[in-house]
Amino acid sequence: MAAPGPQPQTGDAAYRGIVRPLLLPTWAVIGILMVLPVALMAVYSFLTKEFRGGVEWDFTLAAYDQFFVTRGLFGDEPPQIEWTYISIFWRSIWQAALATLLCLLIGFPTAWFIATRPAKTRGIWLFLITIPYWVNLLIRTVSLRFLLRDQGPLNEGLIDLGLISEPLQIINTNLAVQLGLFYSYLPFMVLPIYAAVERYNFALSEAAADLYASRWATLREIVLPVVKPGIIAGCILVFVPSLGAFLAPDLLGGAKTFMIGSLIDEQFKGSQGNWPFGAAVAMILMSLVLIVLLLYARAQTRGAR
Amino acid sequence: MNRQMSTAVDIRDAVKTYGQVTALQGVSLNIADNEFFTLLGPSGCGKTTLLRLIAGFEEITAGQILLFGQDIARLEPNHRPVNTVFQNYALFPHMSVLDNVAFGLKMKGVDLPSRQKRAGQVLEMVHLSQFADRLPAQLSGGQQQRVALARALAPEPKVLLLDEPLSALDLKLRQAMRVELKQLQEDTGITFIFVTHDQEEALTMSDRIAVMSNGTVQQIGTARDIYEAPVNRFVADFIGETNLLQVDVEANSEDIAIVILPGGHRITCPSASSKTGKHHLSIRPERVTIADTGNLSATVDRVVYLGTDLQVIAHLDDSQTVTIRLQNAARTAPPALGQRISLQLEEGAARLLAD
Repeated sequence: MAAPGPQPQTGDAAYRGIVRPLLLPTWAVIGILMVLPVALMAVYSFLTKEFRGGVEWDFTLAAYDQFFVTRGLFGDEPPQIEWTYISIFWRSIWQAALATLLCLLIGFPTAWFIATRPAKTRGIWLFLITIPYWVNLLIRTVSLRFLLRDQGPLNEGLIDLGLISEPLQIINTNLAVQLGLFYSYLPFMVLPIYAAVERYNFALSEAAADLYASRWATLREIVLPVVKPGIIAGCILVFVPSLGAFLAPDLLGGAKTFMIGSLIDEQFKGSQGNWPFGAAVAMILMSLVLIVLLLYARAQTRGAR
Repeated sequence: MNRQMSTAVDIRDAVKTYGQVTALQGVSLNIADNEFFTLLGPSGCGKTTLLRLIAGFEEITAGQILLFGQDIARLEPNHRPVNTVFQNYALFPHMSVLDNVAFGLKMKGVDLPSRQKRAGQVLEMVHLSQFADRLPAQLSGGQQQRVALARALAPEPKVLLLDEPLSALDLKLRQAMRVELKQLQEDTGITFIFVTHDQEEALTMSDRIAVMSNGTVQQIGTARDIYEAPVNRFVADFIGETNLLQVDVEANSEDIAIVILPGGHRITCPSASSKTGKHHLSIRPERVTIADTGNLSATVDRVVYLGTDLQVIAHLDDSQTVTIRLQNAARTAPPALGQRISLQLEEGAARLLAD
């Protein structure tokens, strides 16, 4: 191979002189917006809480101890596992998983529908999907509360139609939280699946039908495996923020639907807060998500071999 | 062909319209069992539409498609015992070569050991046994093409449909695959319906060819029929090179005519119509020779060296152009530019066209 000029090598002075400065913005974004805040939270989680919020620079494991261990109401009993926070985590994971499933069930057909429209109209459909997201999440969640409440348009409409005689108890239930999470994160499911389906070669479906596959078999054996990366991406993009969500559980759910996001949120509010504990809960949540993603990545590389 | 032939595919007045556009306007065809049948024509002539109607990917607007006597025109594609080799192969990217080939058998409910055995056999047939565990993306274009072929052959279809399967390959590979495809068809005894726009491909492989244009079949016949006895200007022009000379038809029966050539000579030639008046005569460039006293006189405009051949382009006295192909033999002295030459149309090789 006769290259017309010297190719810059990683060790070249030219490479160091030109490429490295060009990489600075990338490093700055990653450093200032990602590494620094996470490191700050990690450090805070090992510090001592101060009473009016904030921290004292005394190293302690108290925050993690509070999360996992209980010593009775007065702190004088033998240590036992503290289930309060673990059960909040468990409930959050369930809520997030259900919300992800709901988004997938609605999001996949939606994405499929958009991706199979003529190229000219696809942009319009995508645009329509994103319009509600121009409005602040808080406002949207509050308006959902008005829609779902006992005297809201949903219940009154159903009563007027004679389908029910008493208003359905939706608000302050898990169902309301589900609907809130679903509504908040649906586009994060639709868009990656849309991108995958748009690239899907429909001749593959013809080939499958030609080789005696029914519609259902074609979906199961060909379509889903081929667009799987889009589905996985959508599920991660919905599951992870759902896990840490606090607006929907706070505004739509009752006390019984307390989730991790609300727990963390409380620790940083006013004089009742506990910054190190809030930081510790956030770190535990992040570790959990990371472990799940790593397991998934490992399963992927194993599957590819 | 003397052998007793049963009909594999019988297409009766197949019509396909897309809104206002008519892709096929009443095509009727009979394809014999064990036949290598080619649909040949330029892009947009309806050949691929016809193939997709047989496969079931398109819904027929009107007409019938009989497969060994059974009308399949309204069946879903997965209920038709035909398989397709797609133009861009459409291999399943997430499956190994073996799983791709075994897919049709799996969908037919064949158990795992049997379908793997059969898939292995078919892969051997196309010389790809050592690639069974690869993914399609890890194969070259030619190898992918063979996988597509193996995948379509594995379920032992009654009819194999091939949609321009060689068009993505380079010339050398394409020529090798022509021989192999023909061999495979003879070995398996499966009826092949082959779609192409490449006349050379069609002429070298096919038992019979249907030349299509504008959604209709122009002519059906063997390679020799179509090349030597084209029925109309489209076929004569599309297949190979030809000279179309405007002539006066003096007398014309159903199959023989007396025509007056430019310059006044009368010749007798085969005819595809019974009309008289001004019509076109088709004569292949290699069937025109330079003679001492021929039946046409012309002036040489250009001599092109083609290696095996010499191409002489000349004009008649009424300014019509004639192309002549001479073999590049030692004794051939090429005519000089501007030289007056006398041309002889080979006996019986000229043909009066229908339109």
